[in-house]
Amino acid sequence: MEIGFVVNAEPVTVRVEPRRTLVDCLREDLGLTGSHVGCEQGVCGACTVLLDGEAVRGCLVLAVQAEGLEVLTVEGLATGATLSPLQQAFEDHFALQCGYCTPGFLISASALLRRQPDPSREQVRSMLSGNICRCTGYDTIVDAVISAARR
Amino acid sequence: MSGERQTRIEDARLLRGRGRYVDDLHPDRVVHLALVRSPHPRARIIALDAEAARSAPGVVGVLTGAETSGLVEPWRGVLSHYQGMKSAAQYPLALGQVRFSGEPVAAVVAASRALAEDACELVSVEYEPLTALASWEQALAPGAPLVDDELEDNIMYRAHHGDAGATAAALAASDHVVRGEFHFGRVTGVPIEPRALVADFDPGSGQLTVHCSSQVPHMMQAVLARILGLDQSRIRVIADDVGGSFGVKIHVYQDEICACLFALRLGRPVKFVADRRESMLTDIHAREEVIEAELGVNSDGTVQGLSARVIAPVGAYSMYPRSSVVESGQVARMLPGQYRIPAYSCEQLVVAQNKTPTSQYRAVGHPLATAVIEQLMDRAARRLGMDPVQIRLANVIRPQDMPYTSAAGPILDPGDYPACLTRLLEVAAYAELRARQAESRGAGRLVGIGLCSFLELTGPNAQFYGVGGAPISAKDGATVRLEPDGTAVALVGITDQGQGTRTSTAQLVAAGLGIPVRQVRVLSGDTLAVPYGGGTWASRSAVVGGTAIVRATRLLRRKILEHGADLLEAAVEDLELDQGRLQVRGAPARSLALAELAATVHYNSNRLDPAREPSLEATSYFVSPNAGTFAYGSHLAMVEVDRESWSVRLLRYVAVDDCGVAINPALIEGQVRGGVVQGIGEALLEELVYDPEGQLLNASLMEYLLPTMGDLCDIEVHHLSTPASVGEGFRGVGESGAAAAPGAIANAVADALAPLGVEPSDLPLTPYSLFQLVGAEHA
Repeated sequence: MEIGFVVNAEPVTVRVEPRRTLVDCLREDLGLTGSHVGCEQGVCGACTVLLDGEAVRGCLVLAVQAEGLEVLTVEGLATGATLSPLQQAFEDHFALQCGYCTPGFLISASALLRRQPDPSREQVRSMLSGNICRCTGYDTIVDAVISAARR
Repeated sequence: MSGERQTRIEDARLLRGRGRYVDDLHPDRVVHLALVRSPHPRARIIALDAEAARSAPGVVGVLTGAETSGLVEPWRGVLSHYQGMKSAAQYPLALGQVRFSGEPVAAVVAASRALAEDACELVSVEYEPLTALASWEQALAPGAPLVDDELEDNIMYRAHHGDAGATAAALAASDHVVRGEFHFGRVTGVPIEPRALVADFDPGSGQLTVHCSSQVPHMMQAVLARILGLDQSRIRVIADDVGGSFGVKIHVYQDEICACLFALRLGRPVKFVADRRESMLTDIHAREEVIEAELGVNSDGTVQGLSARVIAPVGAYSMYPRSSVVESGQVARMLPGQYRIPAYSCEQLVVAQNKTPTSQYRAVGHPLATAVIEQLMDRAARRLGMDPVQIRLANVIRPQDMPYTSAAGPILDPGDYPACLTRLLEVAAYAELRARQAESRGAGRLVGIGLCSFLELTGPNAQFYGVGGAPISAKDGATVRLEPDGTAVALVGITDQGQGTRTSTAQLVAAGLGIPVRQVRVLSGDTLAVPYGGGTWASRSAVVGGTAIVRATRLLRRKILEHGADLLEAAVEDLELDQGRLQVRGAPARSLALAELAATVHYNSNRLDPAREPSLEATSYFVSPNAGTFAYGSHLAMVEVDRESWSVRLLRYVAVDDCGVAINPALIEGQVRGGVVQGIGEALLEELVYDPEGQLLNASLMEYLLPTMGDLCDIEVHHLSTPASVGEGFRGVGESGAAAAPGAIANAVADALAPLGVEPSDLPLTPYSLFQLVGAEHA
């Protein structure tokens, strides 16, 4: 079926099977491969995107559910050559290694900072515990989010 | 520059979502592979009918076991230097019988993964289920059925290490003997990017190009050539961005060979990306072992002898080409840890059963060996009423003992082990922690402190694999060249799965040439472009690859200086190269920009000395002259066990590691911290649970628990830098954290529970296992 929504401020129209997940639609149909698929069960969080400002698992939302809504993916965070403060903080604090979970963390952390602009370390640990990183051991991600909040 | 906390050159791309992982590739005409997998751990295949799948929507190809068997050279994961080792042969799809739940029996390619999965549903397989060997006890029982009918028993390998007689005598003569039977659960690596591959065959050039999420491109090239019967030069393996690996992506998997077979048959790109369930079922598992050990100590705390038996139930097949005996072999080799142990004996028994094959996962064997010896040291300390620090310092191998030949075989190169422990006590404020613990204990809380000192064999030479016939290079190479504008390109055999290897490579080259880090471009993971090398495993990237990079850069620097000396009419010895300029020492007027020199060599070679080769490129290779080198360190964990839930809360974790010469402290901390957290997962959360029929019960991330941010405290990382005697002094750091953390946690929990008079021996230490251990009277 044909659906329309807005991705990173750009209106798009795509034909999808009803069973197509949002993350597959973004990756396969729209070529936005920044959102990653890690478990397809909503556990790892690598596919997290914002849907009308709410963080959702791209693997648990069907593409058709995005009809008429606004989607923000990792590709929409930087402005031209300038990384967002959060992205820059990730670079400055060595908050990524393989980078596969990173887009999900960036989106989840963006949603966190919208809700809680000045979080404590404990709040960050609790609010981002739905994203899994297997490389960093997490401390540097917490550092980066705290630092971005203070920028 | 080298030694600095340089931010990573790969991040600007990865942070924008511009990674290039295998699943991001969408080549024209690509088709997708899905597999029919056995639901039975052990069964005979009576009939398999795939006809309905062949005509299903979108399907372009179907293969069955019978169809693939003639297309490949089957592979067998045995190494000839492990005398008597045996294992079943593996084919791309099971032939006649299946040996573990999840083993593929048919393969389908279709226009999309969803259509391929739809068609898999149409393949009908009739199985005759057989009693599975779900445990090593079953597999060793007299008259047990065989995992492979061609083999006479289920013992894949057995060996004895050390001196049994001398050790028995030493234990008999010891004042005290402490014992343990330590069980380690089955775990798996869980890189968040699953295994993935795109294979594409061009019938015109005869080239098979394989984009593969891999640590070992050259090894993959070699094994694909063997299995598929192609020339190595016609296989190009490309591993660009890899989303974590931890040892998972270093083996030959049946599904990946199926993808290559379809690519050869169809002449179009075939993509395979494991879903998470497939990953949990078929990625290598690791660690499951039972280690019985006895440590003889005298009343003054000096260790007299160590005797052990290691039983490793490794699954249905020995993985190819590294085999599945190395983890228990490493346990046997590393069990004495950092200590002077005069008498040592170890039995190694590797057993096949009907489970997913186990093989090399981050720190292979070291986490087990370390956890066992460190728990025994603590048990001895408790028995003697000594502090755990005291007994370690009484037995640790000291700098003046180096080089030290371990009773288990390895020769330990110079290092300062006690320095790490001493530093740890200082930075963790050990005495204060003990005081806090006493206070908490007084209040009835179960707080414990665990120490763990480890030793890790890194950057090994060909003794591990090459001598046993495996096509795995122990050497590694680097080519460094200067472009006409004075920027540099480095081509390296080592690979990156998140470690920041491109950044550390750029730092080494930049330091050697006196140019900014961001003027160095690094290419790795392409067998058609980079010098031949083993890739990344056994913490070898810095030890082996780093040495090659430093030396290639040094050779290039020499060439730059020679051309510069010609052009500036000076002696090489009188030239300085720094900040992109070449200058005659003490004569700033006689100088030349590096870019100018490079342009002259590349474009205006008439100005060069005709006797001089017009080259600004150098290559160097390195292999460890010894068995390898050693990284080491001491870690401390402080935990509290909750008396209600019996869950373990981490209060403090401090690591002091010595990885030799440091290239980038921030990357080193990242490696240690990430490894520690994997080790904490292994110690507290992670376990693949099988039922008695051989079915994996928790093949999803909902039921297999990985550490999340909320489970942890900050991991404090400190380092010492004692240069290794091997190569350019790097000791490697990729696995240190994973080697040490399980032992530190185990000791901390044991210390916490000491007032209850119980001693845990099994990992993971889940709430349920602790509840069972402490028993009804305490719980």
